[in-house]
Amino acid sequence: MDFISQDLSPLWISLATSVAATTITMIAGMGAAAWRQRRTGPLSPIIDAIFLLPLVLPPTLVGFGLLVLFGRNGPLGKFLLGFGATVVFSWPATVIAAAVVSFPLMYLTSRAALDQVDPHFLQAARTLGATEWRIFRRVALPLAWPGVLAGTILSFARAMGEFGATLMLAGNIPGRTETIPIAIYFAVEAGDMRAAVRWSAIELGISFVLLAALYYWTHAASGGRARWARSRP
Amino acid sequence: MGAEPTVSLEVQIVLRLADYTLEVAFQAGDAPLSILGPSAAGKTMTLRTIAGLERPSRGRIVLNDRVLFDSDRRIDVPARHRRVAMLFQHYALFPHMTVAANIVFGLQDLAAAERTMRLDRIVAQTHLDGLQNRYPRELSGGEQQRVALARALVTEPEALLLDEPLSALDTHLRAQIEYELLQTFQVYRGATLLVTHNVAEAYRLGKNLLVLSKGRVVAFGPKSEVFTRPASLEVARLTGCKNFSRARAIGPHEIEALDWGCRLHTVQELPAATAAGELRAGIRAHHISLVEPEAVGAVSGLPENTFPAWVVRTSEAPFGVTVYLRLRAASEGFQEYDLQAEVSQNDWRRIQDRPQPWQVRLPAESVFVMGK
Repeated sequence: MDFISQDLSPLWISLATSVAATTITMIAGMGAAAWRQRRTGPLSPIIDAIFLLPLVLPPTLVGFGLLVLFGRNGPLGKFLLGFGATVVFSWPATVIAAAVVSFPLMYLTSRAALDQVDPHFLQAARTLGATEWRIFRRVALPLAWPGVLAGTILSFARAMGEFGATLMLAGNIPGRTETIPIAIYFAVEAGDMRAAVRWSAIELGISFVLLAALYYWTHAASGGRARWARSRP
Repeated sequence: MGAEPTVSLEVQIVLRLADYTLEVAFQAGDAPLSILGPSAAGKTMTLRTIAGLERPSRGRIVLNDRVLFDSDRRIDVPARHRRVAMLFQHYALFPHMTVAANIVFGLQDLAAAERTMRLDRIVAQTHLDGLQNRYPRELSGGEQQRVALARALVTEPEALLLDEPLSALDTHLRAQIEYELLQTFQVYRGATLLVTHNVAEAYRLGKNLLVLSKGRVVAFGPKSEVFTRPASLEVARLTGCKNFSRARAIGPHEIEALDWGCRLHTVQELPAATAAGELRAGIRAHHISLVEPEAVGAVSGLPENTFPAWVVRTSEAPFGVTVYLRLRAASEGFQEYDLQAEVSQNDWRRIQDRPQPWQVRLPAESVFVMGK
């Protein structure tokens, strides 16, 4: 079949990039949310603004910023070059771009989910001798889990759809940094409408399934997922 | 067996809050201490500060020779190391954990065998057998309370703090749970503090009583002392007294109650320093008694502190009647009354149709006199 014979690398690259980026985002986003929840100070609004900037800035600006940061003369680029590593125009660049752009979604949703956990549960755990890490792992996270899961799915979907920052930082190297959105762009530019439609359909399908799953988990099935959340029959 | 180690909790804290400053100092031992006061008096805040959930602006908290907080020495032991258990008003049972998992949550540092042994022991002690694998929302209010108590006690805390332990329960459960709490207090060796806004509950559950108002201690001592000799009008009110009159001393054991228009003998020695100034007299509604008609006009005359009284209005509750009395001429209107008296339904049925005025007695031992 025509479909099978095609080079499917953009699909695999997109999936691998999204999985890696979401993993990073999940840890960083939740960590940031937990940290910000505990500590508030005069700098809090500024830190929040910095965390949320990637959500509102044009991805090309984010990509440009990352390029400056990770470029040969950038502070992080120089540092990594010391270990013989270059990030720009490599697969890790797609991951970095996707992670930075999807971070605000993870941060916002998990922050909201953690804020909704009744503080009395955390205080009770504290008086029972639990460390803050144990409280987070055993009490806060399980209770905030539906929101954290929603944030994870949203971040994954956002990572799948990332284009601008990725193009700036990772370029378009088929088989290495060419994700689905980039494949669509260059297919259209090259006048290959069939390829553009095919990749668009795949991207649309994946995004739709992700959002449907998100809805299913957070609304339709919220009563049936956790045994503790269900009333006794 | 050696002597029981003495239990002592010393609290002396100042905590600035948005609408008032909490400034309390007291000690507690093995005997349960009830903390009574209106809402926003600082009762819960006091418990939270002892548990390490709030940081006082300054002060000192010492539990059994362990300094938990000392602003001068910059000591602030974190909540998890205080060995102070707190029972929250709505229990705060972890909803995603079973009863067993909730109870052993505080035992993570123990070996598995020891953990199981302690779980089994506390489950038997708190009558939770068969509920170990249930989730909190599958339990009744009383069961949830027992799980919360088990979870707190299983860690063998040196102090147990209970925040309105009965307020979340249905009325029919309260008496039972109150009885269970009293039994627990008898067994538990540690400082016990409980917060309530219910006067009767405070009296029944505590041995000593701390009365708070607007962040300050207005009374502290054995509960019977606080109740029979309130130190101020405020304490008398907060402990449920309804009858007050301005008063003037006319002898070491006699006053003139100005609002009631009568002279009263007291057992209490009148506060000497304020003898010249204005005093307040008070008597609790339950202590006012009715003199039977047979006694009236007998050779010996009326008992002391007995006066004619007219009923102004009544208010019926299921088991008792509050009777509003006027001590002088029968009143026309419904508002003006001098005294409230509590009468049981049985007595009320017996006396309600008697001709007025009735003879009411304000027993000298029940009349208390306070400085203004």
